[in-house]
Order: sequence, then structure tokens, then C-alpha cells
Amino acid sequence: MSQIFQRSANTIARVSIFGAVFFVAGLLYLFDQVNRSPWITEAHVARDQPIQFSHERHVAGNGIDCRYCHTSVEDSSFAGIPPTKTCMNCHSQIFANSVYLEPVRESFRTDRSIEWVRVHDLPDFVYFDHSIHVNKGVGCTTCHGQVDRMPLMWREKSLQMDWCIDCHRQPERYVRPREAVFRVDYEPPPDQLDLGRRLVAEYQIQKLTSCSTCHR
Amino acid sequence: MSSLTDGRDLGFGIRDSRRITESPGRHESPTPNPESRRFWRTLDESVDDPAFQRFVENEFPSQVEAIGDPVQRRTFLKLMGASMALAGATACTRQPLERIVPYVRQPEELIPGKPLFFATAMTLGGVATGLLVESHEGRPTKIEGNPLHPGSLGAADVYAQAAILGLYDPDRATTLTYLGEIRPWSAYLGAMRAVLAAQQPLRGAGIRILTESVGSPTLAAQIRDVLSRYPAAKWHQWDPATSDGARAGARLAFGEYVSTQYRLDRADVIVAFDADLLGCGPGSLRYARDFAARRRPDDPARMNRLYAVETMPTPTGARADHRLPSKPSEVLAVARAIAERVGTGRAGEAGRAGGAGKFIDAVAKDLLAHRGRSLVVAGDHQPAEVHALAHAINQALGNAGATVVYADPVEAAAVSQIDSLRELVDDMNAGKVDLLLILAGNPVYTAPADLNFSAAMDKVQLRAHLSLYEDETSARCHWQIPEAHFLEAWSDARAFDGTASIVQPLIAPLYGGRSAHDVIGVMSERPERSAYDIIREQWKVDPKNDAEWRTWLHDGVIPNTAFAPRSPSLAPSAISNLQLAISNSFEIAFRNDPCVLDGRFANNGWLQELPKPITKLTWDNAIIVSPATAARLSGANNPSYRGGEHGTILSDVFEIRAGGRAVRGPLFAIAGHPDDCATVHLGYGRVRGGNTARDAGFNAGAVRTSQSPWSASGAELVKTGDTYGLPCTQYHHLMEGRAPIHAATKEEYAHDPKSMHEGEEGTPPRTITLYPDYKYEGHKWGMAIDVNACIGCNACVVACQAENNIPVVGKDQVLRGREMHWLRVDTYYSGASENPQTYFQPVPCMHCENAPCEPVCPVGATVHSHEGLNDMVYNRCVGTRYCSNNCPYKVRRFNYFLYQDWNTPSLKLGRNPNVTVRSRGVMEKCTYCVQRINAVKIESEKAGRRIGDGEIRTACQQTCPAEAIVFGDLNDPGSKVARLQADARNYALLGELNTRPRTTYLGAVRNVNPELGEDA
Repeated sequence: MSQIFQRSANTIARVSIFGAVFFVAGLLYLFDQVNRSPWITEAHVARDQPIQFSHERHVAGNGIDCRYCHTSVEDSSFAGIPPTKTCMNCHSQIFANSVYLEPVRESFRTDRSIEWVRVHDLPDFVYFDHSIHVNKGVGCTTCHGQVDRMPLMWREKSLQMDWCIDCHRQPERYVRPREAVFRVDYEPPPDQLDLGRRLVAEYQIQKLTSCSTCHR
Repeated sequence: MSSLTDGRDLGFGIRDSRRITESPGRHESPTPNPESRRFWRTLDESVDDPAFQRFVENEFPSQVEAIGDPVQRRTFLKLMGASMALAGATACTRQPLERIVPYVRQPEELIPGKPLFFATAMTLGGVATGLLVESHEGRPTKIEGNPLHPGSLGAADVYAQAAILGLYDPDRATTLTYLGEIRPWSAYLGAMRAVLAAQQPLRGAGIRILTESVGSPTLAAQIRDVLSRYPAAKWHQWDPATSDGARAGARLAFGEYVSTQYRLDRADVIVAFDADLLGCGPGSLRYARDFAARRRPDDPARMNRLYAVETMPTPTGARADHRLPSKPSEVLAVARAIAERVGTGRAGEAGRAGGAGKFIDAVAKDLLAHRGRSLVVAGDHQPAEVHALAHAINQALGNAGATVVYADPVEAAAVSQIDSLRELVDDMNAGKVDLLLILAGNPVYTAPADLNFSAAMDKVQLRAHLSLYEDETSARCHWQIPEAHFLEAWSDARAFDGTASIVQPLIAPLYGGRSAHDVIGVMSERPERSAYDIIREQWKVDPKNDAEWRTWLHDGVIPNTAFAPRSPSLAPSAISNLQLAISNSFEIAFRNDPCVLDGRFANNGWLQELPKPITKLTWDNAIIVSPATAARLSGANNPSYRGGEHGTILSDVFEIRAGGRAVRGPLFAIAGHPDDCATVHLGYGRVRGGNTARDAGFNAGAVRTSQSPWSASGAELVKTGDTYGLPCTQYHHLMEGRAPIHAATKEEYAHDPKSMHEGEEGTPPRTITLYPDYKYEGHKWGMAIDVNACIGCNACVVACQAENNIPVVGKDQVLRGREMHWLRVDTYYSGASENPQTYFQPVPCMHCENAPCEPVCPVGATVHSHEGLNDMVYNRCVGTRYCSNNCPYKVRRFNYFLYQDWNTPSLKLGRNPNVTVRSRGVMEKCTYCVQRINAVKIESEKAGRRIGDGEIRTACQQTCPAEAIVFGDLNDPGSKVARLQADARNYALLGELNTRPRTTYLGAVRNVNPELGEDA
């Protein structure tokens, strides 16, 4: 009776078994990379908004502090999106007739809110609190990036859990002095780790990694 | 778990302690009757029915057949395989685009993301309870009691807790209709103007206004104003939530209407004549707090003693040291006998033999020994005679002015409401009524059947009804006006002691509803005035300087408005001519339902699904009888006695026949109910009024008469041959012979404070495990629940439901044992089933330090936090349910279906934004209100200070009127919870399993009268 398999079948079998491991590993790697890619995380994807609001113009150009608009960032979980009234504080005088600002004026006239598209959107089972982070020395730009260089807003970081956990495990790598929290031009010093350790002790920063810290 | 035998070693050093009282050698306490210390939950356990034992042993009785059947097993595996394959696919969704909608002009004081709290008040039966309502960006989400309000002291009852769901109820009436067609408000105004113009020359002779009890001074003033414009018009009142007996009793005793308030903080001995003064009614939250404060065994000299004489077992009766089950007609006889013994009333008539005689003697003696420090309370459903006797006894004992305070009635116009309603029906039948304006209530459903209210309405030309729902009365009216919920409208109200509050709205009317102030305002001289203006005028607020008004709104009370105490004198003839009529026939007692009341809360899913105190029924009412009566009526095949099928209770359906009327309902036996009578609860069998209200239970009101609305004698129960499955949670999570309650008498406790734990294994030493202990360096959260204080009112259960977005699952799912409450209140009995002692035990997650749920989770969805919380991570959970299987306390709840309503827009507004809304297929359980812990932690961290004791309060703790639940940091030795857990009464539930629960219990101590002994 003739052999069903050629001798070469042994080699093919060995290679394919060996190759399958790499293939599966490769697939997993690919899956992981896709999962972390901007396609999934939407990082660095600028969002269309009802008004072409430029942080670059307002922060870098006009030097407006973050808290002028995001008023509740030091007190509340939610940093706050400014009411139309805040826009109109200036824009009733400046560019008062600009066509780009018509939606703002319309909102103010009709008492209907401007519907912004949320850029930093955490899943609904995550409870993030701005106020505690700001109070413990986490700067705005640490998470939101250089908003002073963003004509339209995008997400700078992935906002995935491993990114959160990274800082929760090693806050000394990211914290800055409280007085520098709202500075957009802040650069971490070369001795960030020393400074970080000092600040972690001074601000009594806990390394909270229990699930219920964020999930409830 | 099923094959455990007594005391057998199960390995792991764990012993099964099935019969605590049957471990000889350990038991050295002076227990007079060890058998009375055997605890049981259901009647079947109390009789040791072997069939029931088998039922208990099958944890999932409905699936037992499936395991044995090979075909079903194969189908099961196929389905499992398919679900496994598809399980991952459900996660493949992209995050949907979300929009942020900021304010145009942000209100002052509002910080987005931070709740605001506003004081308001909820009125029930004309009496207000002060509330603090949490509001997230203008949406009320949670109701708490107002600590400054005398009727609340920070606590809230089930009705107040559930009012949030009532506000957002999608079944509410949404449009003004005329004969079912949508009309604008101006059309209603036009119609009313025409009628009023026609009535002007008749001086309003054809106008009738029907309200519930009116406690609002402003509304009363408005109605009186209308009556002065139309002098021949009449104002009628009908409110099933109030007591005609109390009003008539006061009139009988004192010749005038006075309201009676009790000072339980001053009372050493309390006798309740069918009065559920702790569980419901005006001031009950206050009374529960005062009562519990005087039951702390660490101060034995101050411990009060409560006697209860009652028909239907109530939370008050359950907390009583001695309880006498009495038929409705016997309560008067007992009251009379006690009155005679304490030296008031006629002598020589009221003897009663047997155990009752002994009870009466002991009670009378105890009362006489505590002159001026005792208190006799008559229940709302009792006739005037019992109330008059209670007044007479209190006067004779010198309690008036001490433990009993009389004052003006809280109601603006106290009348005999049943007479008022009867007069209205007579006028309607006589054709004297042209305009019937029903400002509140649902009289077509609630009026006693013999009045034929609905038929009488036909003779009225124009009928208008203001109500939250399109109910039975709306269907019989021309105009249906959607009512504004109390959280949507301005009003005012008075507490049980007369303290006035302004009811302020939290939100603009969702459906353009109107309040009674608006509707009655139409008939006034100035119909354009808003309720806000009318109320401010009534309270003489200076529009230019309203700082005081703002203080009233902020505090929720108007200072110094409580009624001054009065000392009315007892009419000498008040109680000498009482007719005594003990009925030998079968009697029916009618009671308002503890959850849906007279049916006004019938469309509230939280209240429908709330296991009622004592009966633990949900979604249904039943004909409640004693076990002996059930056996007699139903023969050997007792209803609710055989454990039931598929975890449910199959009851025989009986027909109640009384006075030529009949209604059918399932029979249900309850320990402690007197024989030869039945209790039926009203508020069920609704035919209109929302999807939740409809088709639940039977309408017991169909056999109710206006002559004696709260009891009927000469009734007959006839077996129909049908059976009915009752959703009763008392049979869920059975104790399987363990002893979750530790209890002792006051004497035993004084002799040895730890005697109540005798026979218990206790917690094994820490060295029993090889695993290292967790270190809790920061906070170490714990909870202590005082079984001795708990009155079983269920407020904590609804508070938890509101705080934690817990869904309602419906009757069908409750029948399968799938209710979702994170906190349940277990009822345990000990002693004979004719008159057992009753204990309540709230059971939330124990947050075990050695949590059995944690190691069995294959995906790490339940893990230990660094502060000792047993965290549940919904987004990790894949629904294996291993954790629930391994939880000895059965506190984990699984979302078998998408129970939460994710679609109805109005319901989304009411959810707590700080708690995840769970989806199908995940496990959930009590979190110790971790959202509240985190909120306080963040604030304290920001301020750089330690969290103070009592700063974090869980939802259940905050609403508890008896202060039975204490939460705090066990690492702080000065905290209240740490002190309580060091108390001699402290014990861990199933501590012998070495779970080391963070929630522990404080044993009950009963102040038994030595003359009566433990069993009475």
C-alpha cells in the first residue's frame, strides 16, 4: 500500500505547527495594536464641532486661563463646559458680527444650548473626578495634551485603562506642583522623579488601584 | 449543603450548627423554654415538614428536572456553546458619539456635577413629612428626610423614598382631557366659567368639592374663600389614609376634634391597641426614633416595654415584648377590660378568660405601676370607642400632658369623612349636584362598595378630576386634569405636631400638571394668581424683604408654628355607654396596604416589588389568616404550607362573601394572626391607573361597607378550587436551620451580656487560614446593624433601590426568586406559630474579609479593595454566577434579563448619575454606597483632613428611622461603628464560616414582663 503522505509532509507539519504559534501570537499582537490604535481610541482625531472653536486661539493667542471657561474643574468631577453666556462675555464686543459666531448668538437669543461633541468621553462605568486630580497636582496638559496647539480639539491620550493605571501606580512620574497645574507651557523638569516623589509625599497622593476607586 | 447533619464536622474546622438549642452542655443560660429560642422563617420550618425540607435542599427547584433529562441537557449544551461563541461579539461596539449640552445661562450656585439639596415636604393623609431632595442639574434623584423637621428627624419612609419613581412614572396623566380628547387649559377655564356663572344665582348650591384630608393652610383658605363666594356649595373630604376612628374617638372623649401626639421618649410602658404607630401614620418616623432610642440595652433602666393587641401582625406588633392576637371585635373588649382595671369605665362587664385575662391583668398592673410614664395608643383602623377608651385610660393614668400631648387637629377641617362622603353620594343621587370637582384621590375605587359612588356620579352634570394618573375616577369624569407631583408644585403643609413647611418644587411640571391650588384658584376672585403668590400671601411674606421666607425654604420648616399643647377635659359620659359586641362569626379586617396604601401608590414599581413587612408578599395581596384557620378552611392540603412548586407558594383561592358582595383572592397563612378572622389589604385589583397598577391582586374594597369600613363580621370564606401562585420572598434564601438571630431577655442580658450568643460557634481564630491577612492601613469600612432597633419598615430597602439604580423585575421574576434588592429585610420567628416573637434582620452584602465570592470568580470581577470593600466590577463580569453560588449570605443579585428600563426617557432623569446602570448578564450587590464614600473621601482629601465619624452615611443608614444601621471606619477606635462592634451584643452572621464579615449584627434584647413569661 502506498504512503498517503510524502516524506516532506513531516517538514510541512513541523513548520506549520511551529508557524501556527507565531501566527496566533501575531494575530494577538495585531489585535492588541489595533485596539490601541487611534482607529479604536480615537486619539489625535480632531472632532467637528458646531462652532469652529479653537483652543489654540483662545489659550495661546489670548492667554485665557483654563478656569475662565472650565469653572468647576477645581470643585467638581466635571470640569464644566462654559455656558453660552461665557462666550458672550467677550463676543458681544469682539467679533460681534462674525458669521462663525452666529450659532453662539443664536443660542443666546433663543435660549437653546450649543450641543458640543464630547471629545474626552470615558465609558459610562468610569467615574473620573477632575477636582481631586487637579488638587493633587495633575496638570491639565498631562492628560489633555497641549491644548494651546489644538485648533480643533482632539483626544491626546488613549483614555484606556492601562493609561489611567500607569499614573495611579506611579504618580511620581507625572505630578507637578499645584501652582503649575493650569500652566499649558509647563515642561517636566529633568529631575521629575525626585520632584514627583517629594510631591507625592507632600500632597499625600495615594496610589489608588482598587476597582471601586473609579468603577461603582 | 443538603446532607448536613447536626453538629457534623464538615472539615475546615466548620461545624454545622443546625439547632442552637440542641447542643447540650453548652447551654447554661437561665432560659425558661429552650424551644422558644428555635428560630424559623416560614410556617413549614416551624412544623418541620419533611417535604418542605426536601424543597429547601433543592437550591434551584425549577431546574431539577432539566438536569436529569438527557435531551434537555444536550439542548442546554448547544445553547451554552452558542452563547460562548457569541459572548465576545457583544463587546464589539464602538463608543457612540456623545454630546455635551451646557447651559445658556448657568444658574447661580450650581456647580455642574455636584448635587444641590432642597427642603420640601410630602403630604400623606394631610400630614407632612419634611424632606431633603437631592437634585442633579435640576433633576431630583433622591429623597432623604429633613433633619430639622420634627416629623422626620432625617428619616424618610417608604412612600417618600419611592416618590422619585412616582415623579418620573411614564404612566402619569400627561394631558388635560375632556371626555378623553385633548383640550387646552383655556377650554377648561371656559367650561368652568360657564358653570360658575350658572351657579352664581343659586349661590353655588350645585357645587361640590371633594378633597382628601387638607393639611395645607393655604389650600384650606382657598376652599373657604370659594365657599364664601358660593355659600350654598359644599366641601367634602374622603381620604382613606386618615382615621375617622381617631377623629370620632376624640369627639366622643372630649366633645371636640383634637389631635393626639405621643411622646415615646417619656413612656416606660406602651400599649398599642391595633396601632402600628412605628410603621405608618402621622409622626411614625419620629415615634420609631424615640422608641428605638429607649430600647438600647446598655441603659437597661430606660428600656421601655411595648404591649400590642392586634389583628394583622404589624412592625409594631413584631417589636412588642408581648403581643395579643385579637379578632377585630375583640380589641374593644380588651381595651375596655384594661380600662376597667386601671380604674376608668364601667366595672364588671369586661372579663375575658384564658390567656387574654392574664395578659390584661399584667398590662393593667404594668400601666398602674407607671402612672404618668405609660402610654396607650389606639390604631387608625379602630372604631371611635377604642380611641375614647385610650383617651380615658391615658387620662386616668395621668399620662395626658406627659406622654400624650393633645393639640388642634393638623387637618384644616376635621370631619367624619365617611359621613361626608355618604352625604355627597346622597346629594348626587338626589340630583342636587351640578358640578363635582374632585381635587384629590380616587373615590370611584376607594369609596366603600355599598355607597355606589360611581353610579351616583352619573347624575352630576359636570365632573372634573385632578389626579396624577388616569384612574378609575378619571374614567367617570368629563374633565381629567393632570396633577402636578409634589416635587413639581408649590404648596404648604403641616407636620403631625402642626409645624408648617413650605412645599417647594424641585422641577417644572414635566407634563404641565396643575396643583390643587391652581384648580381651586379658577373658582376664586383672582384666577390668574399663581400658587406661589397665593402661598406667599397666605404666609404674609413681604415681597420686598423675603429673607425670612428664604430661611423657611432653606430649613424646610417655619419656626414656632407647632400647635400649642391643649388639655381638653374628658367628657364624663364618654365611655360609660359603650356597646360591647364581640362577634362570634368570621370577621374580615380591612387594612391599607403597607406598600401601595389605598392604591394611590399602586403604579409605583418600587413599592409593588417591596416585600411587605411580615407577609413578604410582593405584587399581590391575599386573604391573610392564621395557620389554624388556614388548615380548617383548606383541609389537609394547606395553602402556602406545602412549600410550593418551583419555589413559589401555591395558595387555594377563596371567595369572600360579605353582605351580598363577593371577591376572590388567594389564602395566605401568617404566624401570629388570630383565628377565625382574615385580614385583607386594600389598594389592589385596580382596573385603571397605569400598567404597573393594573392586574395586581384583587380589590378587597369590593366587600367593604361604609357602616364599618375597617372590619366586617358575618363574612364567609368559600373555597373555589382554584390555586394561585403568590410571589412571597419569605421563602427565598432560606436559613436551612441556622440561627441568624441572637436574642435574649433583659434579665438574661443583665446576668450575662453574652448569653445571647450561647450555643454559637463564633468566629474561628485568625490562624485557621494559611493565607496572609489583608492589611488595611487607611480606612477600614464596616457596618453594624442593630437587630434590637430594626422595626422592619423597609425604608432602607427602597432607599437603597433609589440610590443605587436598582431595577424592578416584575412578578414573574420574583416568583423565580430573582428580585434585585441589594438589601433585604429577613423576618425570623421564634416560639409557637400562634403567637411568635418576631425579629427583623436587614441583610446587605457583608463585605467579608475572607469573601467566598472573590476566589471563585474566573475573571476577577469581584475583588477586595484596600479599604476592605468587596468591589463588584460590572464591566468585567461575564455572568458565571459562581460568586452568588458561593455566597453564604445570598446577597448577590444577577441580571438574568435587561431588567433596567434603558429606553423610557422619563426614567433616565431619575437615576443616580454616580452609579452605573447595569445591563443584562452581570452580577450586582451592595457596595456600601461606594459612591458616597468616594465623594466624601475626595472632599476630605481636597481639604486635607480626616473623614469625620458619621460623615459618610449609606443610603440605608440615612433613612432609617430607628437608627438601626451604623456605618463607619473600624480603624478609628472612637467611631460609633467600632464601639458597636466591640459591644457584647455584637455577632457575625454565620461567623463560624470564617468569612469575617464587615457587617455585623447586634443581638436583640426583649424587655419581657416576668408575669407573662417569654411566650406571651
